[in-house]
Amino acid sequence: MTTTMQKGSAPVTTGRQLTYVKAYNEALQQLMREDGDVFVVGEDVAGYGGVFHMYDGLLAEFGPRRMIDTPISEAAIVGLGVGAASRGLRPVVDIMFMDFLAVCLDQVVNQAAKMKFMFGGAVRVPLVITVASGAGLGAGAQHSQSLEAWLAHTPGLKVAMPASAYDAKGLMVTAVRDDNPVIMMLNKKLLGAKGDVPEEIYAIPFGQARTVREGSDVTVVALGRMAVEAAAAAEQLAGEGISVEVLDPRTVQPLDTEAIVASARKTNRVVVVHEAVTFGGLGAEIAAQISEVAFDHLDAPVMRIGAPFTPVPFSPSLESAYVPDRVAIAAGCRRILERG
Amino acid sequence: MAKAGATSTLEASTVDGLGVAELLDLHRRMVRIRVFETEAGTLMEAGLLPGFLHLYVGQEAVAAGAMATLTDDDQITSTHRGHGHAVAKGAQFRPMFAELFGRLDGYCRGRGGSMHINDLSIGMLGANGIVGAGLPIAVGAAFASWYRGDGGIAMTFFGDGASNIGTFHEAANMAAVLKLPVVFVCENNGYAEFTPQSRHMLLTDVADRAASYGMPSEVCDGMDAVAVKLAVGRAVGRARAGDGPSMVEAKTYRYYDHQGVKGLRIPYRTQEEIDAWKKRDAIELLEARAVTDGVLTKAAFEKIWDETRADAEDAIAFAKSSPEPDPADLLLNVYTPEA
Repeated sequence: MTTTMQKGSAPVTTGRQLTYVKAYNEALQQLMREDGDVFVVGEDVAGYGGVFHMYDGLLAEFGPRRMIDTPISEAAIVGLGVGAASRGLRPVVDIMFMDFLAVCLDQVVNQAAKMKFMFGGAVRVPLVITVASGAGLGAGAQHSQSLEAWLAHTPGLKVAMPASAYDAKGLMVTAVRDDNPVIMMLNKKLLGAKGDVPEEIYAIPFGQARTVREGSDVTVVALGRMAVEAAAAAEQLAGEGISVEVLDPRTVQPLDTEAIVASARKTNRVVVVHEAVTFGGLGAEIAAQISEVAFDHLDAPVMRIGAPFTPVPFSPSLESAYVPDRVAIAAGCRRILERG
Repeated sequence: MAKAGATSTLEASTVDGLGVAELLDLHRRMVRIRVFETEAGTLMEAGLLPGFLHLYVGQEAVAAGAMATLTDDDQITSTHRGHGHAVAKGAQFRPMFAELFGRLDGYCRGRGGSMHINDLSIGMLGANGIVGAGLPIAVGAAFASWYRGDGGIAMTFFGDGASNIGTFHEAANMAAVLKLPVVFVCENNGYAEFTPQSRHMLLTDVADRAASYGMPSEVCDGMDAVAVKLAVGRAVGRARAGDGPSMVEAKTYRYYDHQGVKGLRIPYRTQEEIDAWKKRDAIELLEARAVTDGVLTKAAFEKIWDETRADAEDAIAFAKSSPEPDPADLLLNVYTPEA
């Protein structure tokens, strides 16, 4: 049975706890059982089960025809996915670290994303590209980025950023069933985070933000793992008498502008937070959209919290200063409330 | 077999083992490309076509010979110089010309242009504006056939220049390792845009690169459609038999410039070189051999030329009268809507 989440509704509590990575894995297992056209291709996805155990057990159940290990050839891996998808299969391509998209960006941006449009609509490209994103593990500048702004800027792509185990499963179900190329950004620091996950297969529609917490003084729009940090900041601020509303867009392309603007009109103050560098990030887009339609409702300029404009540093002391966290978000909320 | 110095009586039945129907098929495919491209070049020079045009004139034997080994269920990926592949695979003149004009009846509804002509109904998975990008996509198309066990294969076309880009090497290795039914057809026209082969690689034969991937390969005369068909046919046979990918390099030449028609604005090649290749023009070569060998008459070939010219005339008129796409529909087909 398939459950479709309604707009903005909170996860149902089932008491069944899974880790984020296991929830992703379970989604894929159920999708592969439901649809013989779904297969997984990438480096070390089959025999090894994926470098983050995303694919554990799937080779045993589905065999080497549907779980395919490849050479280290990202462009050919994505290209294989594009070609197979254009022929009606539903490939799940694993590109391991999000940073590696730079190696195969032509196939993502110039091929997968544009094929339908360029072909006058004559083709569908139901392709999922799963990447592990985010900093905080001391993985250095080439294994830690959050590049959602690159991708969300490309017409034809969809970009999902699950912040919970529940969303990792539900968004993956939607991603695989979608007839468009979808980038599934799993956050590395959340892989082991547990949450309620129903056993049945369920789909979370794209473009529908989740209200993580309701509030009235300030809205925090938080992408990916920052939704977890924003919730923690909101909890702390509640003790100080500040009521914070936390919105997690869940997908940044499409983006639930409607929910964001509605919350801005309600609280009159908005902080946008993401792991990616602030300059040219989604925060700028969200701030602009709010300003365009709800400027008169704002008591303060929309505030952006993101990483400084540097590559991700290695040293834990530098990295922890680099990545936004609950402390920075709480400080931002206090600061925006000082105005007017 | 061909008989040197045969009389004009129709006493032979084949050229290199190819019968009359097969020879006419190769001829028709080549003539359709030549006429389409010549007309497209004329329209461009008259300032009637927007954008870039990479014309295929000179290389007709490659597309014709290769495509004659395929069915509509087999898939191809093409290049920026893709009209010849589309035409040889069976694409229709009307939507092709309409696309060059950017009109609504074009193969891409005016959204793609010359470099994105496609026709999925005949297994034409698109020309491509990015050098080398079609190779891994063909691997994916072949994967789909392997996955489904439908007996289809995929063929990808690329130039000598593209054999220097990473996707060529990644796709060749991937196809070999996964033992997929792919045929890699290199159209070596001697130039990567304006750079001669001697200055972009040290090998003489691109086909030698196949050995790096444990893949069989051969070199053939890319001005001889019969030779191309036979060589590509052997590769197709291996792919269909489940023996994995092969590479065929066809030595050929483009008469026109990299882009557009006029070839000597930049003196990167000599008139002598162009003339020498034109002496071995693929269409003239096939006609002469078939007539000399007594397999076909000149009249049979003239009929194909006449029919093709009439088809082009009709298609150009159709394209010119096709409506412009409506800017109100700009957002169409960016995404496939939910079912």
